[in-house]
Amino acid sequence: MGGLQKKKFERGSATNYITRNRARKKLQLSLPDFRRLCILKGIYPHEPKHKKKVNKGSTAPRTFYLLKDIRFLLHEPIVGKFREYKIFVRKLKKAYGKTEWSAVERLRENKPTYKLDHIIKERYPTFIDALRDIDDALCMCFLFSTFARTGKCHVQTIQLCRRLTVEWMNYVIASRSLRKVFLSIKGIYYQAEVMGQLITWVVPYQFSHDHPVDVDYRVMATFTELYTTLLGFVSFRLYSSLNLVYPPKLDSNGESEPKEESEDDYAMNSESYLEKLSALSASLARVVSSADEEEAQLDQFPSEGEDMEKMEAREKELKQQEAQKKLFEGLKFYLNREVPRESLAFVIRCFGGQVSWDKSVCIGSTYDVTDETITHQIIDRPSVGKQYINRYYIQPQWLYDCVNAKILLPVEDYFLGVTLPPHLSPFVEEKEGDYVPPEKLKMMALQRGEKPGNEQEEDEEEEEEEGEQEEEEEQEEDDNGDEEDDEEEVAEEKNLKKMEEQRSQGKSLHVKVTPGKLKVENKARLEQEEKAEEKRLAIMMMKKKEKYLYDKIMFGKKRKVREVRTLPLR
Amino acid sequence: KRAFRESIDIRNTVGNIPMEWYKDFPHIGYNLDGKKIYKPIRNKDELDDFLDKMENPEYWRTVHDKQTGSDVVLSDDQVELVNRLQRGQFGDVNFNECEPMVEFFSSDVMIHPVTNRPADKRSFIPSLTEKEKVSKLVHAIKMGWIKPRRVEDDGRGRYYNLWASEDSSILARHKMHLPAPKIPLPGHHESYNPPPEYLFTDEERALWEQQDPADRKLPFVPRKYSSLRQVPAFSQFIHERFERCLDLYLCPRQRKMRVNVNPEDLIPQLPKPKDLQPFPTTRSLVYRGHSGLVRSISVSPSGQWLASGSDDGSVRFWEVCSSRCMKTVQVGGAVKSVAWNPNPSVCLLAVALDSVVLILSPSLADKQVILSSERLLSAQQEGEEPAEGNGSVVWSEAEGEELNQGLRLKIQHPKAVHQVVWHAKGDYLASVMPDNTSHLQVYIHQLSRRRSQNPFSRNKGLVQCISFHPIRPYFFVATQRSIRIYNLVKQEMTKKLQTNSKWISSMAVHPGGDHVICGSYDCKLSWFDLDLSTKPYKMLRHHKKAVRGVAYHRLYPLFASASDDGSVIVCHGTVYNDLLQNPLIVPVKVLRGHVMTHDLGVLDVTFHPTQPWVFSSGADATICLFT
Repeated sequence: MGGLQKKKFERGSATNYITRNRARKKLQLSLPDFRRLCILKGIYPHEPKHKKKVNKGSTAPRTFYLLKDIRFLLHEPIVGKFREYKIFVRKLKKAYGKTEWSAVERLRENKPTYKLDHIIKERYPTFIDALRDIDDALCMCFLFSTFARTGKCHVQTIQLCRRLTVEWMNYVIASRSLRKVFLSIKGIYYQAEVMGQLITWVVPYQFSHDHPVDVDYRVMATFTELYTTLLGFVSFRLYSSLNLVYPPKLDSNGESEPKEESEDDYAMNSESYLEKLSALSASLARVVSSADEEEAQLDQFPSEGEDMEKMEAREKELKQQEAQKKLFEGLKFYLNREVPRESLAFVIRCFGGQVSWDKSVCIGSTYDVTDETITHQIIDRPSVGKQYINRYYIQPQWLYDCVNAKILLPVEDYFLGVTLPPHLSPFVEEKEGDYVPPEKLKMMALQRGEKPGNEQEEDEEEEEEEGEQEEEEEQEEDDNGDEEDDEEEVAEEKNLKKMEEQRSQGKSLHVKVTPGKLKVENKARLEQEEKAEEKRLAIMMMKKKEKYLYDKIMFGKKRKVREVRTLPLR
Repeated sequence: KRAFRESIDIRNTVGNIPMEWYKDFPHIGYNLDGKKIYKPIRNKDELDDFLDKMENPEYWRTVHDKQTGSDVVLSDDQVELVNRLQRGQFGDVNFNECEPMVEFFSSDVMIHPVTNRPADKRSFIPSLTEKEKVSKLVHAIKMGWIKPRRVEDDGRGRYYNLWASEDSSILARHKMHLPAPKIPLPGHHESYNPPPEYLFTDEERALWEQQDPADRKLPFVPRKYSSLRQVPAFSQFIHERFERCLDLYLCPRQRKMRVNVNPEDLIPQLPKPKDLQPFPTTRSLVYRGHSGLVRSISVSPSGQWLASGSDDGSVRFWEVCSSRCMKTVQVGGAVKSVAWNPNPSVCLLAVALDSVVLILSPSLADKQVILSSERLLSAQQEGEEPAEGNGSVVWSEAEGEELNQGLRLKIQHPKAVHQVVWHAKGDYLASVMPDNTSHLQVYIHQLSRRRSQNPFSRNKGLVQCISFHPIRPYFFVATQRSIRIYNLVKQEMTKKLQTNSKWISSMAVHPGGDHVICGSYDCKLSWFDLDLSTKPYKMLRHHKKAVRGVAYHRLYPLFASASDDGSVIVCHGTVYNDLLQNPLIVPVKVLRGHVMTHDLGVLDVTFHPTQPWVFSSGADATICLFT
């Protein structure tokens, strides 16, 4: 006995966490400023393992931050900037109140600003880290760049976002790194592979937004502030990795020179450059004007067995990728005015096609409708007046489906006025036992090089699969088989009972021998039954925890199987 | 012009006021002499106005004077003036706007000054107010309050190679960082033109609309558009982005280990039931005859006879092999419990009903045995008078008709008896009268001396069932939640087993005496190893409903449990002599044969003393034999 009594909540996990309010007080920041700081620095709340212990015995719902994180925020120079800004606002208010307009002007000129460079560097110590986290940044910037130049946020922010997204698209075109495109009801999803990282972003369709009232635009603006900085640095690095000039410049000696004469009447000089860039029709200037890029050859390493197989698979994949990169090379597209120009131009240029549009739609068109060498005209209206014979009039989905299938699909299904085949998500990778839509099977067959003519074979395959499924069903039904047997027994027993009753009543028995039925013993089935019973008994002996887990897994599996079965029946 | 003048003469003196103030008066104002100016007698109406417009050639130059209420026709000059003013010219026709300017103040010094005033003194000395202002500014600059105008960077050169030198010092902090999970990629559902099977059916759509947004499987309704042109804007786009932002900075992150287990691995590896034979597998015989639910069954020590007690007030004796009812004894009351004397040299049956325990001699054995049992019953009679006992228990002999039926002794208890059990030797039997309020819950009777005693002086809870230890002088008492083990020789409690169940229903002791199983109404079966712990060694949750009865086999390592779900589960429970090895429990067979009646299934279960057979009695008034 001895020593001081230990006080509660003075050690252990209670001291590792801090509630939001206490953190805010410690940093001497208002809640919006604290929120901003957390967003910029990437501090997120933590869920303690034992909430009650951390919450000092209370079970009230609270958000907890790691004390270490908050301590780390204490030394952030940007906190000082926040305070400066607060003082600035106060001074400005005072000057307004006193109607000292010169003072107001002077203060406005010296509005405190801050840079986020060090935060970016701190949050993403390596370039790959930054690339990995760029999905959200891209989505946000693409969204902001579609906002109207009034109201919800600063015009500069919107312009910056637009500039950065155009730079990004130009980079993707230059590096030809686009992999997948998906037209969803939300917007257009793109997936690019940049430096081995798969980057997915979504671009909303080109409509004006009706801004919801229950969205806090301050939070969004803070995120955008961070994301624009991040995206700018990433773009710089990416451009320099391709030897491109940053900020991007159009290649002056490119073969596809935009027509000069239309420029003046299109936009102001300062704006036209960004517009021309965003037309995505011209290639970019390089720091070192290089001839054709040398193809990276995969070195052959001597390897054995499994490695060999892997290497071969990799090589095959690479080859396929190379082929995909040149998917539209040699094709000449013309976009009608009703199709989404930017998206289509982006996709076509990403895979090496040539693209143009009506010069009244956008700056940067390179050839007219009348050009005889056009191979495909993308069109999205039920009919067209004058048709040229030597080109296909196809609907825009063809392009996207080609990109996802990595081959040029037959154009017949996508002609003018034809009912389009379903557009499938390229992001779904079916595992074994999942439902595969028949369109996907067809596409896979095309990829394998089979002609669509021999569809019958496929059907047979499908049937086979179905057959397998049925077998499975039978197996499941076996479990129910016991009950059937029981029923039979019950029936027999009834018979016996009747006979017994008759005997007990002393009546003369109808002496009649009914031929017995031969019970065919299915050996395999018996064995299966035995196995099933064994399993059932073993399941009974499971521990409670494991049983729970097992039930959960099996529930999920069964649901999946059910889904797979019900989907094609629709 | 004259007309204009004249109109001035009858000038209204009210001034520039809204004329509707005079709306309700007959006059419209006052002239210079202070006389009322009366409104014109008849106002023009729309029709007059229209006719005027059509017929009067002067209409276009007629102006209504609100102040006098009269119409004025403008002269040519006046029309001209109006036109000039409308064109933005001067009213005066003769005014020349483009006269040459006279250079009055010029750079040339003239001989004659414009003003000849001598310069002020203040123009020679520095201004005090200016000095004050300047000094203020100087002070402000010195103090750093005013800063030079910042050079605006246009943002073009703002970006540089941030990751030129990648140092690892920051990486240390990053070990704890959990990157936010990426947004899940869209599936076929989200396509603008999905395969038709992914579209909602009417029911699914109704369900989707009913569901709370948090419960929905998909946050949107799949739609199909025939062409890209028709796809509208997604109204929730900004919302979704915003939600993502909130997730990024408000959601607590936690590293969750996703268990990636093969469910087959979770199933424990048990010895195959086939290797653990023999055990009962099929229902081979059904004993019918009772009309009420059969509460209790018991097998004679020889294994040839089965006794059953039912709610229809009868005790029946069956031959096991032929399922023939040999004898029926009407006892007049629902039989709660029957127990066959385990001593093979006597043939007696104890039956509990209402508040009486009856001793029956069914005379279903050879003469020797019947004689010896008769002797046992009559041993007391020859000796002294029955002891006064505790007063509350009265022993009496059966007479007349009852004697013919095989009834021998009646032991009248003060309260309703629920269970009766024999000691292994067959001389003692114990009975239970569950009652929460008194200590008179258990009686131990000695048959040979016709004596009863209450071993407990205090109430330790509602007694559910009791049992004698098969070898040693121990006595098991199961109360609602625990089992107490008493040493009858030392007259003290040796152990108290915690069952962790809510309400014990039944209990059985292993023939070796070191293990106890105990069923409870909350579907559990607990196995106790008495040498190991007072906590259950294993809890078996095999049944879906309340466990009603449990039993051990005397010779084979088997035990069975009967439940309200209509099933009897037979388990293999090997007990090793080696103290270090725990018993191995394997369920080997689920037996079904009883029909559920009034939500009751199987009520009692017991094993055959020598064969691996199990009997079960059910609420459907039948008894089944599984072999």
